[in-house]
Amino acid sequence: MIARFLPLVVVLVIGGFLYAGLSRDPSIIPSPLIDKSAPVFSANRLVEPDAALATFDSQGMLGSVWLLNVWASWCGPCIAEHPQLIAFAAERDVPLVGLNYKDDPADARAWLARYGDPFDAIVSDVGGEVGLDFGVYGVPETFVIDAEGRVRYKHVGPLDRQALDELLLPAVDALAVPAS
Amino acid sequence: MNSAWRRIGHGLSVALLTLALFAGGALPPATAAEPVVSFETDAQRERYDRLLTEYRCLKCQNQDLAGSNAALAGDLRREIRSRVIEGADDATIDSYLVARYGDFVRYRPRFSGVTLVLWIGPFVLLAIGLGVGWVMARRGQRGAGDPIVSDEGEPASGAAMDEARRLLDQR
Repeated sequence: MIARFLPLVVVLVIGGFLYAGLSRDPSIIPSPLIDKSAPVFSANRLVEPDAALATFDSQGMLGSVWLLNVWASWCGPCIAEHPQLIAFAAERDVPLVGLNYKDDPADARAWLARYGDPFDAIVSDVGGEVGLDFGVYGVPETFVIDAEGRVRYKHVGPLDRQALDELLLPAVDALAVPAS
Repeated sequence: MNSAWRRIGHGLSVALLTLALFAGGALPPATAAEPVVSFETDAQRERYDRLLTEYRCLKCQNQDLAGSNAALAGDLRREIRSRVIEGADDATIDSYLVARYGDFVRYRPRFSGVTLVLWIGPFVLLAIGLGVGWVMARRGQRGAGDPIVSDEGEPASGAAMDEARRLLDQR
């Protein structure tokens, strides 16, 4: 009796795995950095608030939850994502740091002048070294880093409003101490 | 006669030219675009070449680092090259890549709890298949010695056998 239904069971199990595989996006690779310390870096800023602040040091962010958004002026999907970053900056009191990945600084500044600048600081990663340490493989990417300097969430690809509301904001709100 | 030879000669030169064009076009694009990578020793070059085939380009997932023209693959080639020249061992280079891109970057997955199914799964499936085949073969053997049975599973009645013999004799 059991032997009679065994082929059916095998087909259902294999079919179940294959069906689950259909809805997974193979281009999204889980980051090994999740829950580990984010790479420490110090690099030139794209926009200098004043001469004393020519470099950005990631260790200066310890103690607060922050976002690192990897973008570039050559990146098409970044344009689609940008309104969500502007909304994020308006809706949350969480520092938003841009990582301008493999970009020409002049192009990047022109791009910000055109689409708006929601960033609290922007790191200029012309050679892509910082991006390499963060395991960036597709732009845009967004990292949520907690007060202890650990990566807690990574979003690969452009954030649309739904991804912002359902994925990124909950990840941030779970960490950020509500503003008093 | 003369013109026929000329035509053959013309055809031959066209064929040769086509061949030459194809041969030129068949050069791997990576070697054409990449600056020549220099090493101090041949051993370093061999290690570099071997390492490039063991890691995946994450931008174009079905190419290794050696075959990919993506900028990311170029960056990783450069990192691997500088580490090979520094004399870093394979484990150091491996952990550098895995720390940034995860196990997925390796073409040969590590043997761990997560990848257990990946490594043992095929052998388990093979064992199940052989087991099923063995049981079926045994059943078939046993069946071969059994008396002739009718559709209802009962031994064919004497009348039916007589009828069958009669039909056979008719031919």
